[in-house]
Amino acid sequence: MTGMESLHYEFTGTRRVAAFAPVLVGVVGSGNLEVLVEPAAPGAPVDGLCRYRVETSARGFGAIWEAVLRDFQERHRFKGLSVSINDMGATPAVVSLRLDQAAAGLKEAAP
Amino acid sequence: MNLNVTPAEPRVWNTRATQRAQRLERVARELGPALQGKQVASEHVVALLNAALRPFDRVCLEGNNQKQADFLARALVQVDVQRVHDLHMVQSVLALPEHLDVFENGIAAKLDFSFSGPQGARLAQLVAQGGVRIGAIHTYLELFARYFIDLTPQVALIAAHSADAQGNLYTGPNTEDTPAIVEATAFSGGLVIAQVNEIVDDLPRIDVPAGWVDHVVVAPTPNLIEPLFTRDPAQISEIQILMAMMAIKGLYAEYGVQRLNHGIGFDTAAIELLLPTYGESLGLRGKICRHWALNPHPALIPAIEAGWVESIHSFGSELGMEDYVRARSDVFFTGADGSLRSHRAFCQAAGHYACDLFIGSTLQIDLAGNSSTATLGRITGFGGAPNMGADARGRRHTSPAWLKAGREARAGLRGARGTPRGQKLVVQMVETFREHMQPAFVETLDAWPLAEQAGMELPPIMIYGDDVTHILTEEGLANLLLCRSDEEREQAIRGVAGYTAVGLARDRRMVENLRDRGVIRRAADMGIDVRDATRNLLAARSMRDLVRASGGLYQPPAKFRNW
Repeated sequence: MTGMESLHYEFTGTRRVAAFAPVLVGVVGSGNLEVLVEPAAPGAPVDGLCRYRVETSARGFGAIWEAVLRDFQERHRFKGLSVSINDMGATPAVVSLRLDQAAAGLKEAAP
Repeated sequence: MNLNVTPAEPRVWNTRATQRAQRLERVARELGPALQGKQVASEHVVALLNAALRPFDRVCLEGNNQKQADFLARALVQVDVQRVHDLHMVQSVLALPEHLDVFENGIAAKLDFSFSGPQGARLAQLVAQGGVRIGAIHTYLELFARYFIDLTPQVALIAAHSADAQGNLYTGPNTEDTPAIVEATAFSGGLVIAQVNEIVDDLPRIDVPAGWVDHVVVAPTPNLIEPLFTRDPAQISEIQILMAMMAIKGLYAEYGVQRLNHGIGFDTAAIELLLPTYGESLGLRGKICRHWALNPHPALIPAIEAGWVESIHSFGSELGMEDYVRARSDVFFTGADGSLRSHRAFCQAAGHYACDLFIGSTLQIDLAGNSSTATLGRITGFGGAPNMGADARGRRHTSPAWLKAGREARAGLRGARGTPRGQKLVVQMVETFREHMQPAFVETLDAWPLAEQAGMELPPIMIYGDDVTHILTEEGLANLLLCRSDEEREQAIRGVAGYTAVGLARDRRMVENLRDRGVIRRAADMGIDVRDATRNLLAARSMRDLVRASGGLYQPPAKFRNW
């Protein structure tokens, strides 16, 4: 789709998550977004990072995305996760809520 | 030195009565047989106005929040501008195009009003072109007050539902502003002209006695009434539900708020729809939200049905709620005929003096907590919000909520500022970003450049920062009563401003300190799990649910019937 903006962020984390099936929350609709949380792809470097990929219809809000995702990462400190977001102009409040909903089902791996 | 009082020029003391007699005589002469008692056939309405009005008259054209004297408005636009010009319009709401047409065609020149929502942009243009001189923008109560001091109408053009042969009027449930307008006009030698939908033999009740009414015209179509207070529950978001949970638990329960007024937005509709579910789960029924100054909000039906609400007094009515109100006469103020009696002036007074909390939305909040819905290029005014959203400095009776707020505001202060008294809870409830990522928190309100643009002496601020006690966003609740300096207040506001530029510029250490002191409370600090904020908590999730909750008594207007 034309006009979409792609954003990529990586944050370091400390919490490894137990094996899980991909989690999908939200819907791609006006003012809403879809969040897909997956284990880092097999073969990806085990580097203590959590990777975020954002496709958004609202261009020019990179700084806000970074702040929202950084706060989420500070709350949960995940590593070894890949988070994909398809956004249709959701407010930061909705983004944070969806991220927390997606994170709710994840359990910390046994040390 | 001669101390003798010079005899005044002999003066006439009954000019108002004389002018009134002259107006009535002119109407009788010019209308001839078209005037039957007080009744004038609709085709003669323009002739009636030509005869009744004089240049430079102060005229109240009843334009209320909901009910409009629309037929008389259309007639006023057609008067002979040679005979009737330079009128000074005094009216609460500019809702119809005709309300500004009279200025464009020279019939009117000056305007004092309260609210111009739908006509705000056009009004700003007309002011810029010099087509309207605005005296002042008022609150409703303030404008009504001036009707009795220095803005008394010489002619009032009002709307009622029906009249009888003598000229008694029944307003129907939307009485709204009519009593205030008629009282000021009829008792100062003015003329009261009413449009009605029909003439009947027996009125259901008399809202305006015939002795205060001079002329009655049956309008060809019923007067316009807008359903402004209907909120479709289907459009309430999870974020609004989260904020409603914080309002109920962090404010209503915390202060024990029994008597309150809600704004008209979806944010407060969410609170209304959470009372019988979330509120019930907290054991709050009977402890909060028992008495209301509120229009008959359809969203309150589930709470009423669940036994939460003891009384509601209303500014106006709401289309579709007539039968429901009639069937719940213990809760609403109704006449002996069963229909609602609303009254904007009394309800504004009730909201100001007898409620402990006002909660409503806004468009912009600055770092002092000043709040405004004014935006560039529009002159709109604020209607009743400034009276609802202001501490009632003349209040003397106590209540636990009022006393607790007062204690919080005055703790540690001495002298006049520390003298014990209560304070009204005034809450601004906003999402940090509105649609299209417009931030609700700003360094400078649009009100300031607007004031400059429109030549106003003061920026149009809806609720002053020193009246706002709490700001509620999805990020949490800031209690400004507990702030002891401008710097603390600023950081408390930044601390709930989310990812807006204002929020991102917070002093994180100071915000955490305010959180430790309970000045800022997050959902988690109130024992609320953000993930519980789902639409399942709504007592009604659609218009159809509201109809069902009312037992079929609520009949939404067609535009809300989406099933």
